[in-house]
Amino acid sequence: MSTTTATPELKTEKSGNDVFRWLKLHIELLPTIAAVVIFVAMIAYGQIAYGGILQANTVSNLLINNAHLIILAVGLTFVILTGGIDLSVGAVIAFTSVLGVILMNQGWNPWLALGLMIVIGAAFGAVSGILIQYFNVQPFIATLAMMFLARGLASMLSTVPERLADDSPFLVLAENFKIIDGPKVNDLIITPGVIIAIIVVVAGFFVLHRTRLGRTVYAIGGSEQSAKLMGLPVAKTKLAIYIISGTLAGVASAIYTARLGSAQNITGIGWELDAIAATVIGGTLLTGGAGFVLGSVVGALVLGLMNVLITRDGGIPPEATTIITGGILLVFVLLQRGVLAKKRE
Amino acid sequence: MSDRSLQISEAPWAGAEVLRASGLVVDRDSSVALDGAGVTLYAGEIHALMGVNGAGKSTLVAALTGALPVVGGEIRLDGRALGRMTTTQASAAGIASVYQEASLCGNLSVAENIMIGQEARGRFGIDWPETHRVARRTLSRLGLDDLDSTTPVWALPVAERQLVAIARAVVHDPRVLVLDEPTSSLEPHEVERIFSVLAGIRARGAAVLFVSHILEQVFAVSDRVTVLREGRDVGTFETDDIDRAELISVMLGQDLDSLRMLGSGTRPHRQEPEGDPIYRTDKLGLRGAVAPVDIDLYRGEILGFAGLRGSGRTEFANVMTGSLRADTGEARIDGRVVKMRDPAQALRLRLGMVTEDAADDGLVTGLTVRQNIVLARQALRGWADPVGAAEADTLVEELTESLSIPADLIDEPVDRLSTGNRRRVALARILATRPRVLILDDPTRGADVAAKAAIERKIERLAGDGVAIVYISSEMEDVVRLSDRIAIFRDREKIAEVSSGPGLSVDTIVELIADDSHYDM
Repeated sequence: MSTTTATPELKTEKSGNDVFRWLKLHIELLPTIAAVVIFVAMIAYGQIAYGGILQANTVSNLLINNAHLIILAVGLTFVILTGGIDLSVGAVIAFTSVLGVILMNQGWNPWLALGLMIVIGAAFGAVSGILIQYFNVQPFIATLAMMFLARGLASMLSTVPERLADDSPFLVLAENFKIIDGPKVNDLIITPGVIIAIIVVVAGFFVLHRTRLGRTVYAIGGSEQSAKLMGLPVAKTKLAIYIISGTLAGVASAIYTARLGSAQNITGIGWELDAIAATVIGGTLLTGGAGFVLGSVVGALVLGLMNVLITRDGGIPPEATTIITGGILLVFVLLQRGVLAKKRE
Repeated sequence: MSDRSLQISEAPWAGAEVLRASGLVVDRDSSVALDGAGVTLYAGEIHALMGVNGAGKSTLVAALTGALPVVGGEIRLDGRALGRMTTTQASAAGIASVYQEASLCGNLSVAENIMIGQEARGRFGIDWPETHRVARRTLSRLGLDDLDSTTPVWALPVAERQLVAIARAVVHDPRVLVLDEPTSSLEPHEVERIFSVLAGIRARGAAVLFVSHILEQVFAVSDRVTVLREGRDVGTFETDDIDRAELISVMLGQDLDSLRMLGSGTRPHRQEPEGDPIYRTDKLGLRGAVAPVDIDLYRGEILGFAGLRGSGRTEFANVMTGSLRADTGEARIDGRVVKMRDPAQALRLRLGMVTEDAADDGLVTGLTVRQNIVLARQALRGWADPVGAAEADTLVEELTESLSIPADLIDEPVDRLSTGNRRRVALARILATRPRVLILDDPTRGADVAAKAAIERKIERLAGDGVAIVYISSEMEDVVRLSDRIAIFRDREKIAEVSSGPGLSVDTIVELIADDSHYDM
């Protein structure tokens, strides 16, 4: 109703201030812009207060330590864009990683084991998707069930840390490759894991912005009912996004396992929530329909950088990390509310 | 039936026959929604589909566009029979559709809403510049060059959203464009724009099927009109050859003479209201639902709302009780200005409404008849002051008896009751709140003669007890018989108010509704 009254106003502003008008129409960009601003501010603050943030090895570590989170956040961006949620990814990581390590230690070809880890991740996503799409289970409940299932399976396999043999070829995923050989330890380092994360981000971006699958994801988030009436393949797409999320959980699992060199059934507790937090901080609306993969990457990096800053500060107890995460999340959720209210106006 | 009202137009239309649907049978929720309905469309015509609510308009649209499966009959497009089809297949075959509430995704741009699912693609996925170009070309073909294809749809007014939905439907030049009440929530000047776009589509040789219950719009835009009643097509007319009263009588299934004959046997009406009005509205209205209305409602009187479905009568009743929030004007109760926020507040002001769908949504399913009635009283009173067992018994006994709800149903869960009984329980619930103003929206719908008489007697008794009653019904003879005064609604506007009495007949009201001079489009 009231949008009608807003329009003449928008039209008259066109002559006056094009940038302002554009921003008003693309207000859903605001949280993402805010995330970028916060990220930059955190870097600046860290650099000034503690120093050594803007240097090659810090950047390298930030990427290496958060590659798995970035990958999970990409998967959750797909899910949350449709207005859904996937709580199972952390537990799927635990299960696939314990299973993968056990199989490799039993002499499986590591790449075959890797493939199986990813396929199992995809299978968990497929089951969630089928429950949600064809049995009308709420995403929260369906993926919660998958979370318990995966966690339970992981615990049945083993309850102690399973170490990967030191000479396992699988560890190549976490091998350091020096890009720039800086002074002392200040090198720009990259691992295959980081490269995979970057590929996932680029592929996620491409799918969301340049394919019909991706656009259908946005359309479902805008209005599932309309998407159906428009003749878009809603059922197939919703199934696909949970499979994507599960698959990426398998990929994240492989990268994390390689980095750590071991696996345990309690790995990944709460990671789904970290990934959701990263996605939300990066500007994806929890109600769906607006958000960006690149925003989620920034969100993941904000969380990662926060840990770095807390460590550097030394004065803040590490226990406070979650409180700060919660605080940031709250601010961003409120920002989303504001954006939605503005849109409805 | 009089002869004139069933003059079916047999003359071949100027254009070629594009679509012929005949004998369609469609089941919906295990009851027959269409029972041998059909329509024939020619190239280059705008064809209106009319009928009262429940006549099967939307079901026919759903059948034509593949949204509902057809059990019997056939649909021929350009002479070829179409089998069972999905909406996607229907649109691929050339039957495009636009739904009542423009089904668009507000978060996406105009161009994307037009093109999604049919975007131009290149080597690197979707080719956005080309997609925007096709969208802009489609818009300009419809004369909509002023719409910026990059604007997100949420920022557009409702009318422009509807235009975007139409643009989406015509990207691939469909043979048939079906619009299900595209104008039902629009203002007259916005409707004109839609109509000029439709005229453009007609000029390109497509057949346009336009579903509406707004008479004036049908006469303004359509070349021919097909009327549905009870799931069948009961006549197709050249719009120029039929007048409004005739069309109404075909829709209602009563010829003009019998419409005139009814309306005898009215109860003695009160001509002079007593005291000050209990409820008075001053230009109370809601944009898109009902134009500002003035109403005075006095103690102990029955005010009838006459008008076809969709005429604004129900909408205004909802505005009166706050289930739709008014955006203009004010309401006064006992002379004090009140802002109606929601039905709960209306109940606290002792203003009750039994809605059309009360049998479905006016009850707490799972609870028994007794629990439903007591809960209504309790909810009004607040939890601090519980309704005692003795009081509850008296209340339930009184209400069930006066509404002739069988005593053996009192401890049955309401979901087990028939629709008629559920409607009575819904009424009992509202009465349990002892309303001073009672709004009844079509309380006798689907009731047989005896049940109807019982309800009408109850209404008269309530009025006798001093309750001010608003009585809404599609059955004009009932409204005339029961009401002291009648407010007449048409096209989302109150167009007249008449006092009931011996001089007033259904005929007068039908004429007032059909009369041209009130309309300024």
